[in-house]
Amino acid sequence: MAAILAKKLGMTQLFLEDGTVERVTVLEAGPCPVTGRRTAERDGYDAVQLAFGATKEKHLSKPELGHLKKAGVGPHRHLVEFRDVDIDVEVGQNVTVEAFEAGQKIRVAGTSKGKGFQGTVKRHGFARGPVTHGSHNTRAPGSIGAAAWPARVFKGIRGPGHMGAERVTQRGLTVVRVDTDDNLLIVRGSVPGAKNGLVEVRTDG
Amino acid sequence: MTTVIEKLEREQLRSQPDFQPGDRVRVHFQVVEGTRRRTQVFEGIVIKRQGHGARETFTVRKQSFGVGVERTFPLSSPKIEKIDVAARGDVRRAKLYYLRGRVGKAARVRERRYVAPEKLVAADAPAPADAVDEAPVAEAPEAEAPATESSDS
Repeated sequence: MAAILAKKLGMTQLFLEDGTVERVTVLEAGPCPVTGRRTAERDGYDAVQLAFGATKEKHLSKPELGHLKKAGVGPHRHLVEFRDVDIDVEVGQNVTVEAFEAGQKIRVAGTSKGKGFQGTVKRHGFARGPVTHGSHNTRAPGSIGAAAWPARVFKGIRGPGHMGAERVTQRGLTVVRVDTDDNLLIVRGSVPGAKNGLVEVRTDG
Repeated sequence: MTTVIEKLEREQLRSQPDFQPGDRVRVHFQVVEGTRRRTQVFEGIVIKRQGHGARETFTVRKQSFGVGVERTFPLSSPKIEKIDVAARGDVRRAKLYYLRGRVGKAARVRERRYVAPEKLVAADAPAPADAVDEAPVAEAPEAEAPATESSDS
C-alpha cells in the first residue's frame, strides 16, 4: 500500500478522450521525505512517518527541528505516521506522486469543513415538521424518549450540536491523472475538507 | 495555488469563432452510435453563454417540427468538431429566454446590419485583448437593460 500527504488545491473539470466531462479534485501531493520508521520489534507496530509542507525554521520548535535534522530533512509543517504501508524509501529520501498511477483506487482522509452548532435536521437528517397551519414544530427534534419511565434521556440520543471539522475518510476514489512535473494527483470526485487543507492519500483495498 | 487549476483549465481551451447570444450557429457535434462515429449538425439561435474558461457552455435553440428544442454544449468539448456562425443577430440581452414563449414569426431575431470581420478566439489568447474586443458589443445591452426592465420590477 502506497501513501502520501497532499494539499487540496480545489476542484475543476476535465474533458476525457471520449469527450465526457469528469469533475475532479486537484491535490498537490508531496514530495514527502521519510522522517522515521516504527518497527514491530521496537515500537510494537509497523509504520512510516512522512513530512509535508516545507516551511521556515522559525515556525518550528527546537525539538521538532532536532527530529527533522536527525532524519536529514529540512523544516516541514506536518508529520504524519502511516501504519502498515510498504514504502521502500530510506529515511531522508522522498516519497513522490510517482508512487501512484492513473486508474488506481485510493482513499483520502482529511478534516471536513466545520459547520458550527447545527440542529438535528442538518446534522442527522431528521425530517422536519409542517411549516404551515400554525405549526411551531418546523425544525424541532421531536420526541427524545418516554416520560415517567425512565424519567431521563437515554445516552446516545442524537441531538443538536457541533457538526463538521472532524476526520473523514472518503473511500473508493479513482486517480484520473498523475502529473509528476507539478506533483499533482488529480482525483475523480470530491475530497473531504476545505481548499489548502491537509489530506492523507492511501491506496484502497 | 489556484494558478495550477487555471493552468489545467487553460490547457483545455480550444479555438472557437467569436459568437454571441442571438447569433445563428451550426454546431458540428460528434455522436457515437454503437461503434460508429458520425457528425451531427445542430443549427439554431444561441440563447445564452454561461460560465468562463474551459467550463463555459452555450445553449442553442431551434424549432424542430413545430417543437422548440434546446441543446447545451460545453464550449471546449472535444466532441465539437466545428462551430459555424451562419448569421449575426441584433439583440439587447445576454440571455434570450424570451424566445421560449414565442413561435413562428415572433421568434425571429433581427440580423445585425454591421458585422465586424470574422475572427477566431484563440485558445491561448491573452485575456485583456479579448476583453477590449468584446467591450463595445457587451456594453450596449447592459446600458439599455435598466431602462427597459425598470417597468417590470
